[in-house]
Amino acid sequence: MNRINQKLEESKRLLSIYFTAGYPNLNDTVTIIQNLEKSGVDMIEIGLPFSDPLADGPTIQASSTKALQNGMTSEVLFGQLKNIRETVKIPLIIMGYFNPILQFGVEEFCKKCSEIGIDGLIIPDLPVDVYNDQYKATFEKYGLVNVFLITPQTSDERIRFIDSISNGFIYMVSSASVTGSQSGFGEEQTNYFKRIEKMSLDNPQIIGFGISDNTSFTQATEYAKGAIIGSAFIKHVTSFGINDVDKFVSKILKA
Amino acid sequence: MNYNVNEKGYYGVFGGAYIPEMLYPNVEELRQNYLKVMAEPDFQKEFQQLLRDYVGRPSPLYFAKRLSEKYNTKIYLKREDLNHTGAHKINNTVGQILMAKRLGKSRIIAETGAGQHGVATATVCALMGMECIVYMGEIDIARQAPNVARMKMLGATVIPALSGSRTLKDATNEAIRDWINNPVNTHYIIGSAIGPHPYPDMVTRFQSIISEEIKWQLKEHEGRENPDYVVACIGGGSNAAGTYYHFLHEESVKIIAVEAAGLGVDSGESAATSILGKEGIIHGCKTLLMQTNDGQITEPYSISAGLDYPGVGPMHAHLCKTGRAEFMSATDDEAMKSGLELSKLEGIIPAIESSHALAIFEKKKFKEDDIVVVSLSGRGDKDLDTYINYFKL
Ligand SMILES: Cc1ncc(COP(=O)(O)O)c(C=O)c1O
Repeated sequence: MNRINQKLEESKRLLSIYFTAGYPNLNDTVTIIQNLEKSGVDMIEIGLPFSDPLADGPTIQASSTKALQNGMTSEVLFGQLKNIRETVKIPLIIMGYFNPILQFGVEEFCKKCSEIGIDGLIIPDLPVDVYNDQYKATFEKYGLVNVFLITPQTSDERIRFIDSISNGFIYMVSSASVTGSQSGFGEEQTNYFKRIEKMSLDNPQIIGFGISDNTSFTQATEYAKGAIIGSAFIKHVTSFGINDVDKFVSKILKA
Repeated sequence: MNYNVNEKGYYGVFGGAYIPEMLYPNVEELRQNYLKVMAEPDFQKEFQQLLRDYVGRPSPLYFAKRLSEKYNTKIYLKREDLNHTGAHKINNTVGQILMAKRLGKSRIIAETGAGQHGVATATVCALMGMECIVYMGEIDIARQAPNVARMKMLGATVIPALSGSRTLKDATNEAIRDWINNPVNTHYIIGSAIGPHPYPDMVTRFQSIISEEIKWQLKEHEGRENPDYVVACIGGGSNAAGTYYHFLHEESVKIIAVEAAGLGVDSGESAATSILGKEGIIHGCKTLLMQTNDGQITEPYSISAGLDYPGVGPMHAHLCKTGRAEFMSATDDEAMKSGLELSKLEGIIPAIESSHALAIFEKKKFKEDDIVVVSLSGRGDKDLDTYINYFKL
């Protein structure tokens, strides 16, 4: 069984952390992953930087620009992660935009992921229907979980369709926004969380965008299996470096 | 061969809607409605009336006698430069603002490079009393001060794009992010035949008035509707799409697309996407795209801000791949020289974008009785500073 599916069966609320590979320094990738696992994170999204990240706010944009300047590429990332499974057990997901993956070759990319022990992919600008028509078979051949996004504007009918072709979890974007736009949730968001919870989907949901502290993490995981933090973690790394990540994580998880 | 978009939003292998889920409802709403709305008699009535009374259409099809003599062929200029706001861009913004109104939107966003599309958008927003926000790269804001002032006079808010290379591609990213953040009340008026389906097709249809008029105007001049060649410059490809549209399936009409070669196709400072680009995804569509081996989008260069785009509309990528259109390019120097030549021979100062289309007469020999229609997409007022610096006027 894929590590993601195993993790989703655990009874706890899950914390997933996103970071941009190659930021702050090119070769920080493995250390960040190891430190995150040690500090109790359940799942990691490794951001493959892109020159034009349409769905991201200023924090992730800036980290992506820096990572690319540092020399990050798909090839370099795969090289860094080559032996990652010797030390790291938790699920690892690569999150990246479609064009770099297309240029690498979708099948080749999936093959590399599976060789290394990457468990899944999140590709925000790969549309559901294109995935379903052209790439689903390839992802499945290499045992990869593909994760789709839903938003407050996604219709119930479309959510059901996305649920039917998902094989891990559904990434619930907390509000109509790019990453890092807001913090904390109001009534509109909790109503949306409740609406989705009531749909009793086959795939568990993990909420992302706008989660930055213990309060928002607790709020989100009241309605969903877990939560993803990205921009807030990058800001932490920017200020405090990569060796202090347990301080960040323990603040999020504090009982 | 079909050169129009298919029902899935593709031109051959190009096109589609490679968008994050956050944009799906907006783009889907547009996709489901655009053809229906455009077919409504009352939409057509308002659109045609504005094109006539406000834009000043039909734009003349002018036989350029002295230019024709010089190159020993028959050259007609389609005078989009005479439109209100000085370029073809207004055809599209008039159409899209009427679309936005029909869809119940109250807030308009747009991207702009040189500022022509920004001005054309700010203009129609003023006309309709709608809120207008224009994203423009920080570097372009500094380069195109008069157009920034125009937009402000017209009541638009100009927001600098501070990310990436701070030019047109980044302004487009910022506009898309704005749309993600404002999914309900906002319509995004894209400025060229680019973006996710249905944008390339919608923009092409609004611009197709150009070739519709060429047909009957040429009939008046020459007794026939079809020229031997239609020629246009290509940034994203909206004036070209409009110029070609009604000739796409007329086999006798040859199509020429002119890209900006900048300092030269092999100089590293160029915007000749059909030569330097590979299949990839930019701003929600699959097309030819200038990029690194690793799939990062690269910055193009041209002296003309309007041709400075790393991709090309998906229809043009298809025309290129199938060989339906001949792709040529003109360098900065070649374009500037042609711009000066048109000014001296015909008394028309063209936009530098349009000068690229004119530059082909130095590179390609036409027959004496060939009829060549060139899209004169805009006037040179906005480029005066560039002309002054280049020619030390
Ligand atoms: C006068 C003029 N021509 C051409 C273009 C290029 O755009 P497109 O390729 O969409 O026609 C521009 C863009 O700003 C322009 O201002």
